[in-house]
Amino acid sequence: MSAPLLEMQGVVKEFPGVRALDGVDLDVVAGEVHCLLGQNGAGKSTLIKVLAGAHQPDEGHIAWEGEPVTLPTPTAAMRHGIATIYQELDLADGLSVAENVYLGHEQSRLGFAQRSRMHDAARQLLRRLGHPEIPVTREVGELSAAGKQLVSMARALSHEARLIIMDEPSAVLAHDEVDNLFRIIGDLTAAGVAVVYISHRMDEIRRIGDRVTVLKDGRTVARGLPARSTPTSELVSLMTGRTVEYAFPPRPQGPDPDERPVLLEVEHLSRPGEFHDVSFTVRAGEIVGLAGLVGSGRSEILETVYGARRPASGRVRVAGSALRPGSITAAVRAGLGLAPEERKSQALFLHSSIAHNVSMSSLRRFARAGLVDARTELSATTDAVRRLDLRPPDPTRPVRTLSGGNQQKAVVARWLLTDCRLLLLDEPTRGVDVGARAELYALIRRLADSGVGVLLVSSEVPEVLGLADRVLVMREGRVVREAGALDLDESKVLDLVMEGSSV
Amino acid sequence: MSQQTSPPGGSGPLPATGQGSPAGPVRQTGSSPGRGSGRPAFLGHMGRVRNLGLFVVLVLLCVVGALSSDNFATSQNALVILTSAAVIGVITIGQTFVIIGGGIDLSVGAIVALGSVWCTTVATQSFGFGGMVFCALAVGAVVGLVNGLIIAYGNIVAFIVTIAMMASARGLAERISDRQSQVVTVESFNSLASTRFLGIPLLVHILAVAVLVGWVLLNRTTFGRRTFAIGGNQEAARLAGLDVRRHTVMLYALSGLCCGIAAIMLTARTTSGASNLGDLYELDSIAAVIIGGTLLTGGRGSLVGSILGVLVFTTITNIFVLNNLTTDIQQIAKGLIIVAAVLIQRRGRRTATP
Repeated sequence: MSAPLLEMQGVVKEFPGVRALDGVDLDVVAGEVHCLLGQNGAGKSTLIKVLAGAHQPDEGHIAWEGEPVTLPTPTAAMRHGIATIYQELDLADGLSVAENVYLGHEQSRLGFAQRSRMHDAARQLLRRLGHPEIPVTREVGELSAAGKQLVSMARALSHEARLIIMDEPSAVLAHDEVDNLFRIIGDLTAAGVAVVYISHRMDEIRRIGDRVTVLKDGRTVARGLPARSTPTSELVSLMTGRTVEYAFPPRPQGPDPDERPVLLEVEHLSRPGEFHDVSFTVRAGEIVGLAGLVGSGRSEILETVYGARRPASGRVRVAGSALRPGSITAAVRAGLGLAPEERKSQALFLHSSIAHNVSMSSLRRFARAGLVDARTELSATTDAVRRLDLRPPDPTRPVRTLSGGNQQKAVVARWLLTDCRLLLLDEPTRGVDVGARAELYALIRRLADSGVGVLLVSSEVPEVLGLADRVLVMREGRVVREAGALDLDESKVLDLVMEGSSV
Repeated sequence: MSQQTSPPGGSGPLPATGQGSPAGPVRQTGSSPGRGSGRPAFLGHMGRVRNLGLFVVLVLLCVVGALSSDNFATSQNALVILTSAAVIGVITIGQTFVIIGGGIDLSVGAIVALGSVWCTTVATQSFGFGGMVFCALAVGAVVGLVNGLIIAYGNIVAFIVTIAMMASARGLAERISDRQSQVVTVESFNSLASTRFLGIPLLVHILAVAVLVGWVLLNRTTFGRRTFAIGGNQEAARLAGLDVRRHTVMLYALSGLCCGIAAIMLTARTTSGASNLGDLYELDSIAAVIIGGTLLTGGRGSLVGSILGVLVFTTITNIFVLNNLTTDIQQIAKGLIIVAAVLIQRRGRRTATP
């Protein structure tokens, strides 16, 4: 191998009170996919920002093609050919595709933008990415997440990037879109571009990665391991310092689930364009999983059951009595609780404390004549926080300081206080690191064992199969199979899910 | 000057990164100097620090006032300042609720005018003191209710709805009064402005009670908690089971009610109702809320800060009047203060968020 394209040594970055990077080493060679692995808070985001020129390291050396460099601004990083594709894509929704691609380095003559030249160039870049069908004049806000990602990548290419950093790019993509992403990454690396790829998903790292660098607590704990042959258990133990596999709690050996009372009955529920004639039940103490691709109607069903969407036809009954359609208030009163897909934008009040977040749906419990009794509120939230083993167990802390897994626990804690009987979980482990996942799985099982019914949506098939008692497989808005989780395996579910779809 | 006071408190105890690491917060606990005050919300903490800065500004203004004019540092003048702060103060309370709840009310000045005109028509005055008070309160609350209903159930942004209401309510006030000033002949009503209780004008008492009630409502009740939640993240509030629409309606009705109270106070002071009363009060109240440290995007804010903001503005006006300076310079100073306050606010925020 030639001299590394990028080499970082002993990079340290301190923020007031936190040493976010505490000695990071990384070397990337041209034409490779270099995976960056680490729990949330291990320093991946800070590292990216250092490379993108958004943060300045306090110590350490960065070399680009063997020459020491400083990256004082994002523009400087771009000039060297380092481009970053952030998780929250930094595009201007109101501008066109071409305008976004050339944002900040518009092709202009005498101060006038040369639109047709930019359009042609942008079209060429999209063709290179295998998506000539995206119109360069379309407003970016109208594109899907996958489309936006492509625009972001086109922008990186327009800078003639030689190192592209991708922060969990697959998190916003559906299954077939991920395949396309991987194909593009393959083309890029074949052309000599290096890719730093960040992902929580082990199977992706195996598929496209060449080498892996593992971060833990701001430090490089392993550097340049072979991506395909390093055992998962070794990577996980490097990340966490302990050896955990995807650990699912055992299913209870209690009474036959069929004897437990039916909690939720969904009858012929339909919403045109989203899902058709969906019927199923959830019993007390049972975990029912909805498996399917993004866009197969899973989340929409959850939200319709919860009253956040109004069904065109069909009915939802909770413990025998019909639920008023389209009313979240009625659903919550009947004992439903939702942990939505996007924690930050749909569930949390980031300005507020953990306690205020947790008590939001049960405030009335703590109030007399509208006055909130802060003491009983605090003791109840402390209690819930302890029960879920949320860390740190101090409910007065701002909720935004929590890690992803603990934020999810705060959302679940909210529903503990309402005496929720049926918990609807939409992608409960998205953005949650491996160690915290196992905890969430155990927690969900514990809740079910205490008699709560759980309806679970997840894009990760092993998660649905490992956690749920019963699984509904969805495809294009219809339930195509209902079976016990033990009667299915991953490849069977994937077959059902993909069948007939254009992959 | 407040720049010197805010950073030490503002940056110290707040976790500085958005890493949200599982290990991070635990590690920070030991190293944060300002912890352990026992106050539940960090919000309260931020508010305290910011209010401290504003308080220092107010004290400095008083020093300037005392140095520039012999008449400033008298109890008589203090009451003058408080009395002139009373009307805009009550309006600002409602505005604070609306802005923390994620909205804005540009119609407050027009509602004051409409309330004032309506409660001083010959017909209303024939009902006497009680009739006039009820009329002003009802007009304010109903106009606010209409604002809220259109915003919440018509799904039109608050800026547009309340700017439309600003035009319509002012127009209605002009139509009712035919642009004539309507003299109040009910003596007991006018005496609201002249009465003193314990040596302090009744209007100042009204402001004090309104602030106290407003503070409790915002910081100690489910209503206040929901206001912060809806302003902070409307979608999350909806999915948490809050009735966002009903709450929005109540916020604007509350703002309208505050305008009704203000209309009574202002009409009593001027002993007449007129359609040009309350001109530009929307800007004065929003400015006070902003320099008081409330986020214009909602979700975070402080009522005490807003009231301090009102006092800062009225004190400036007072100093200018005592020194016979013209109002144009006053306006320039106001503008500078608003920009400076927002700059300081943003400094505080930058240390607080990633």
